[in-house]
Amino acid sequence: MTYKTPKPETRRSVLTKLAASSAVVAGAAAMPGFVRYSQAQTSAPIKIGFQVHGTGIGAAYGRWYDRTTTAAAKLINDTGGINGRMVEIVAEDDGTDPKRGAEVVEKFASQHNCDVAFGTLFSHVVIGSSPRAGELKLPYFVVSEGHHVASGALNRYTLQPGITDVKSQVQAMAPFVASTLGKKVTMIFPDFAFGHNHRDYFSAAIKEHGGEVIQHIAIPPSESSFTKYFPQIPRETEVLYHVMVGPAVLTFVKELGEFFGPSRPEIFGFIDSLEAVDLASPGLEFLDGTYFWEGNPRYAQADQSEHDKFFRAAVGVDENGASVADPKDVATYSHMFGCWETLHVIKAGMEAAGYSGPGDRAKLIEAVEAMTEMPLSQGHPQGPKLFNGKTHQVFGQQYITKVVNGKLLLAHTAPIADTLYPDEVDYTTQSF
Amino acid sequence: MEFGPHLLLAILEGAVQAAVLTLTAVGLSLVFGVMRVVNVAHGEFYMLGAVLAWCVTSTLGGHPAIGFVAALIIAPLMVGLIAAAADIFILKRLEYEPKNTIVATIGMLYVIQQVTLIAYGPEARPVQAPFNQRISLPWFEFGDAGFALTWPWGFGTTTYKLAVIVAAVVVLIGLWNLMARSRLGLIMRATQLDREMAQAFGMPVEKVNAMVFGLGAALAALAGVLIVPIQQAHYLMGAEPLLLSFIVVIIGGLGSLAGTVLAAVVIGLSDGVISVFFSPTLAKILSTLFVALILVFRPQGLFGKRDL
Repeated sequence: MTYKTPKPETRRSVLTKLAASSAVVAGAAAMPGFVRYSQAQTSAPIKIGFQVHGTGIGAAYGRWYDRTTTAAAKLINDTGGINGRMVEIVAEDDGTDPKRGAEVVEKFASQHNCDVAFGTLFSHVVIGSSPRAGELKLPYFVVSEGHHVASGALNRYTLQPGITDVKSQVQAMAPFVASTLGKKVTMIFPDFAFGHNHRDYFSAAIKEHGGEVIQHIAIPPSESSFTKYFPQIPRETEVLYHVMVGPAVLTFVKELGEFFGPSRPEIFGFIDSLEAVDLASPGLEFLDGTYFWEGNPRYAQADQSEHDKFFRAAVGVDENGASVADPKDVATYSHMFGCWETLHVIKAGMEAAGYSGPGDRAKLIEAVEAMTEMPLSQGHPQGPKLFNGKTHQVFGQQYITKVVNGKLLLAHTAPIADTLYPDEVDYTTQSF
Repeated sequence: MEFGPHLLLAILEGAVQAAVLTLTAVGLSLVFGVMRVVNVAHGEFYMLGAVLAWCVTSTLGGHPAIGFVAALIIAPLMVGLIAAAADIFILKRLEYEPKNTIVATIGMLYVIQQVTLIAYGPEARPVQAPFNQRISLPWFEFGDAGFALTWPWGFGTTTYKLAVIVAAVVVLIGLWNLMARSRLGLIMRATQLDREMAQAFGMPVEKVNAMVFGLGAALAALAGVLIVPIQQAHYLMGAEPLLLSFIVVIIGGLGSLAGTVLAAVVIGLSDGVISVFFSPTLAKILSTLFVALILVFRPQGLFGKRDL
């Protein structure tokens, strides 16, 4: 094989090229409008990095988080943007993978020059990405439900102002379960941090209300067949508490029905077990008469607020919680409102801080930390909220619905007071 | 639940997994045996089978059995054609060079997976079983009144799960007949034994390659169709059967049909039983340890021939 030797550069040719290229640069800078936003920060859009589960096991959630975020950004822009500036959503797929998540955060900060990052759901991605956001001093608004924010495991740059955490959700369920369904509970949960949160907080909460968990059944996250675990359910179980996530959830619920046949205990589940799954799917008939926690009721209820109506219309969700375009495309309705509410919190925070650019990131965080009550409104369609600036976590109402003729009807609304617990951290004492 | 019924339930569940695993692994083993291609995209053909089954049943409508029977024919056929095309347009052009084909099939894995994500979406979608009755199983007891039958709580299975086991056995018998008795099987075996000599005797080795690659993929797709009423069709479902299939064919001996079947049954059942009574992690540790031991002490696998 032969190689061509490159023509050697002479001193003269190098100088000529240098001169030519600098002339081009200088000429471009002189042209009007080339550096579009150089006059001030005011007309440049505010860039919000959106870390989305586009692929991987979180993809069904990611799709709806994306639709909700797009709708919320459009609403904010249609009503004048933030501080008069338009919002630009910069979406990047994190593959539902913690390592990729941290890289995406890095891209937001250094490549896209985003003002803030937002949007992550799966707790392992949050835990993997948050330290990088802290190092890059990039405000990181997560929509994840995990207790890791309020537990103090993360940092001052990570906030969760748009969705409640597992600990508060779980403990708000205990009074209803103990008083209405039964005292002897068997729990089935996935064997990783999210499931362990359920195990620990619910076991403690039900004890306070005179009940007990008689059996814990942990199921590995990659499991695809479940019948073999069900014999561990003790015969005296009065309430079966289930929470599963991932693509195998429908199998889980179906096999549960096949296992019990006609004689089932009371069943209480987190809707995570059936998020984005049509309740009319074959094999789910046995769920009639069982109860679910819902972050935000999937089916439009009789006393639906005007804000829920507005939210559904803006995102494109019908009254059964499915896409207006395709009734088989069921929303992740109990989680996705978090994106909408978080974007409204970012807007409110930026306006309160007089945010003008990345130099004001610390001011933005302080402004959000100063927030407390968020009433039911267009920006908070799920219900009223109470934000705790010290723990960076929001608290809100929780809903329990009952399956009646294949629809989820509201049976109980747990007030915010039931969801509160003592602070475990004070992020405001950490330096920026 | 008492130990006896619990063990039997674990074995029943393991048998369903083993049945599906056998079909998938036999496809992988066949492709390696005849073509010497390590097909990393094999799990995606399984996934495609399940996804196409959903497409066929939801397009046809009507009684679930009609759609399902149609899916049983259409899905493996289409996947087989896709795989044959992949062989003609990709693998053949790489002249079946082992390292290149591994890289090429990794590429195919991602292409198939991402195209499915774009076209079909990230949801796990269900397919209704053609029939699905719950059967309560009895258990025997020697109590004070002597021998008695009892029906323990939750001890049962479904007719469809039993049908999956039967279907897998039928397909395997058919495949064995094809390989051992038919002229096509003879050509395949000849190619497996010595491709150059087979070619010298005028056998259409290239056509055999495309056909074998298609057949292997069709078997995986068939397994996907059979499992989809139990699990759901999801674009990432190909990863687990791929890993298990590799474990199975390494233990059984790459290219050996009998070894593959035996290993699939052993791995499927032991996985079910160990993960119930101990932990699923231990089940995976043991099967991978078994693979390591086989590779050290009997690298050709239980039934493989040393000169392969």
